[in-house]
Amino acid sequence: MKRAIRLIVFYAGMLGLWTLLAQLKIWPPYLFPTPWGVGEALYAGFQDHSYWIAIAVSMRRVLIGYAVSVVLGMILGLGVASSTFLEETMGGLLVSLQSLPSICWWPLALLWFGLSQNAILFVVIMGSLLSVTLAMEDGRKQMPKIYGMAGRNLGASGFRLFWHVLLPASLPFIVSGLKQGWAFAWRSLITAEMLYLSLGLGQVLMMGRDLNDMSAVIAVMILIIAIGFVVDGLVFKSMESHLQRRWGLTSST
Amino acid sequence: MSTNPQNFAAQLPLLIDPRTPARIGGTRGKMGLAKPPLPVRGSSQGLPKVGLSNICLSYRTQSGERLLALDHINLQVKAGEFLCIVGPSGCGKSTLLHLIAGLHRQTSGEVLIDGKRVQGPGPDRILIFQELGLFPWLTVGDNVAFGMKMRGIGKPEREEKTRSYLRLVHLLQFKDSYTHQLSGGMRQRVALARALAAEPDVLLMDEPFAALDAQTRDLLHDELERIWAETGRTIIFVTHNVREAIRLGDRVALLTFRPGRVKREFAIDLPRPRVLEDVHVAHAAREILGELREEINRSLEVEYHVGLKPHVEVGVEQP
Repeated sequence: MKRAIRLIVFYAGMLGLWTLLAQLKIWPPYLFPTPWGVGEALYAGFQDHSYWIAIAVSMRRVLIGYAVSVVLGMILGLGVASSTFLEETMGGLLVSLQSLPSICWWPLALLWFGLSQNAILFVVIMGSLLSVTLAMEDGRKQMPKIYGMAGRNLGASGFRLFWHVLLPASLPFIVSGLKQGWAFAWRSLITAEMLYLSLGLGQVLMMGRDLNDMSAVIAVMILIIAIGFVVDGLVFKSMESHLQRRWGLTSST
Repeated sequence: MSTNPQNFAAQLPLLIDPRTPARIGGTRGKMGLAKPPLPVRGSSQGLPKVGLSNICLSYRTQSGERLLALDHINLQVKAGEFLCIVGPSGCGKSTLLHLIAGLHRQTSGEVLIDGKRVQGPGPDRILIFQELGLFPWLTVGDNVAFGMKMRGIGKPEREEKTRSYLRLVHLLQFKDSYTHQLSGGMRQRVALARALAAEPDVLLMDEPFAALDAQTRDLLHDELERIWAETGRTIIFVTHNVREAIRLGDRVALLTFRPGRVKREFAIDLPRPRVLEDVHVAHAAREILGELREEINRSLEVEYHVGLKPHVEVGVEQP
């Protein structure tokens, strides 16, 4: 309860400060919009369905890209974790590649896939694949060896061993990496969408800039933050707490 | 049978050819559960159920030197027999179980089950790990059903057998719990049920009761003995506790400290059910402990580079 009050006070204060600064008119209103101006832009955007469409398009892209990353990343990570050769060779490359912002792949993506959805997907995949791979590799190493042995002992092997034992056993260790992968995928998507007419949230944001409509820009920024927050809270937080309860890592039982 | 310790001690053999097992006791069959139960599972005429012939295992340490862990281990276990393996820590007794389970490969020698060479893990041998290795993401019931699921047994049959094995270990009401919600002794029983549900001929147990309190352990000894009698499995049980080995085993094999060799085998002919505190168990333990102590002293000398007096009291565990 107290926490809720603190949150309300904090956000009310932020809004108050914002309103005050906007009312002082230090900057012209088209450069520094008022909160209700942003509210109106949000309302108008949902009213003419352009935000709904943008959200649907962006979500679809990020889900496809992220799903590909997760599957590929798990295979790669598992490979790197289980082979010393791959670990020595590819392990270092993966870590160093992580310092490369995924948007750096954009020029190549354009050349390879043309001005298309696939170019965006490629950037999204490159953005999140490394996180998932490294998380899987790490999870596979951190996972107690006993589970793999117990699984083999009870007759599991090959894909069944992976699916029924290794994957569930390493989930608690890779869930934070999966979360990070999601965040990278989402950021890469918005960046890529900003660079090309694409219907997604990124493009709607750029449209606001082109029209000199800072209310719309801030409205879309709020949308991007909100979606990231909701996915994190609904999907990953509940996954984490579910895993913790299952494994007995919290005292919630 | 006399309970006078001196008379009993007089019955013990003094010098025994190491190739023939020493006999301890001699009243087999007079009381209770003395004989291996019938029918015995997976028995085939003539051949031992488990045969270890000239098992050697060596590995390279981090400093690059080659270490011999197991040195020409020869052991034969009859179908339905309860063999206990004791030895100081570092003698490779757990490793030996892993080799029998097919989870690791020996450097040379053969593990034979019914005369057939072991090539890898198989449903005829299930190992209960010291750390148990229960799957925390599955319910107790799903843990028990896991082996059957991997073998492609249909759901109705799986369900039925899971229930019956959980009933056998008195845990049916915990079928839908998760393992972290159970006590140590209960988890131990889940591991036992999971192993039994895979319906192996041979049950391999790696110090399963080492981490339990004395009361729970006594209870599980009784249960294990009962289940062994009811199911007729062959059991190879590794422990560092000599009394536990005598409490449970038809035979006790003593391994030496690095490299692990079979130093001597003892046939335990005491009537079942045995009690840890029983004077005969204590006497039998004393004889085995005498030999084990040499190995423990040797292991301490190697590991701590100290010479110990010959009469250091080690390895005697209070039940």
